[in-house]
Amino acid sequence: MNGLQACLLLSALLFAIGLAGALTRRNAILVLIGIELMLNAANINFIAFWHYGAATPRITGVMFAVFSIAVAAAEAAVGLAIILAAYRHSRTTDLDAMNSLKG
Amino acid sequence: MAAHIGSTQRPKSLMISFLIIAIMVAGGTAAAMVLRNPIHCILALTVSFAGIAALYLKLGAQFVGFTQIMVYVGAVAILAVFAIMMTQSRRIPVAGIFSRNASVGLFTASAVFAVLGWAILSQPGNGPAVQNTSVSVQQIGGSLMHEYVLPLEIVGLLLTAALIGAVVIAMDRKEDAE
Repeated sequence: MNGLQACLLLSALLFAIGLAGALTRRNAILVLIGIELMLNAANINFIAFWHYGAATPRITGVMFAVFSIAVAAAEAAVGLAIILAAYRHSRTTDLDAMNSLKG
Repeated sequence: MAAHIGSTQRPKSLMISFLIIAIMVAGGTAAAMVLRNPIHCILALTVSFAGIAALYLKLGAQFVGFTQIMVYVGAVAILAVFAIMMTQSRRIPVAGIFSRNASVGLFTASAVFAVLGWAILSQPGNGPAVQNTSVSVQQIGGSLMHEYVLPLEIVGLLLTAALIGAVVIAMDRKEDAE
């Protein structure tokens, strides 16, 4: 196993843990955190492929990661706002208790 | 796994530092997803984010590493702590912390990891040599202003729209009810 594979394996592990958290946790905030972890795994892939990739003067991988972090920050802000609005409505962040589409 | 990392090209100290970072990231993430108290989850998550930033620094992407610390450790984790405190889910849940059909989710995640791991490990062992070792902030700033100026503007617009939207969504609309 070389360095690229080690980075990719770490990223795959991060993605799997984030996915498991997003699919199994009951607290809506921690589900959102799981999604953030999956985005982080994608960022690690960008940087790993840039680091071990073709030698060009371009810095495409780094720019990808920077823009991806910006989008992830926007996603976190909107997601937490939605959770706050849902909490104000149903007085819980338990996703198993939020089972009605009707107010 | 550890014994093989970089056995072809890397000196031992790099391998050990990668191992430490990997333990930080994997341990922090796993703790964030299994701990009972949500505040403890966020603390474990911060450790994991810091480990990812260290990985970026180790791979030579200094700007991304420091951005990771500022955005994730500084903003996203604090935002999550605020959300936990405002929704009073900081009380330790008495019922289970996992959803009713947690086994299906766990199976799905394990299957995804198995497929990804198989795909990664089935590639030939001696991969590409290190090509890009570092990039300066000056380079990043220069290409943000020349090559990537349109994406930069779009991201600025997206962030503005998202933050205004977040405020509007989270705003308490008591006046509307009257």
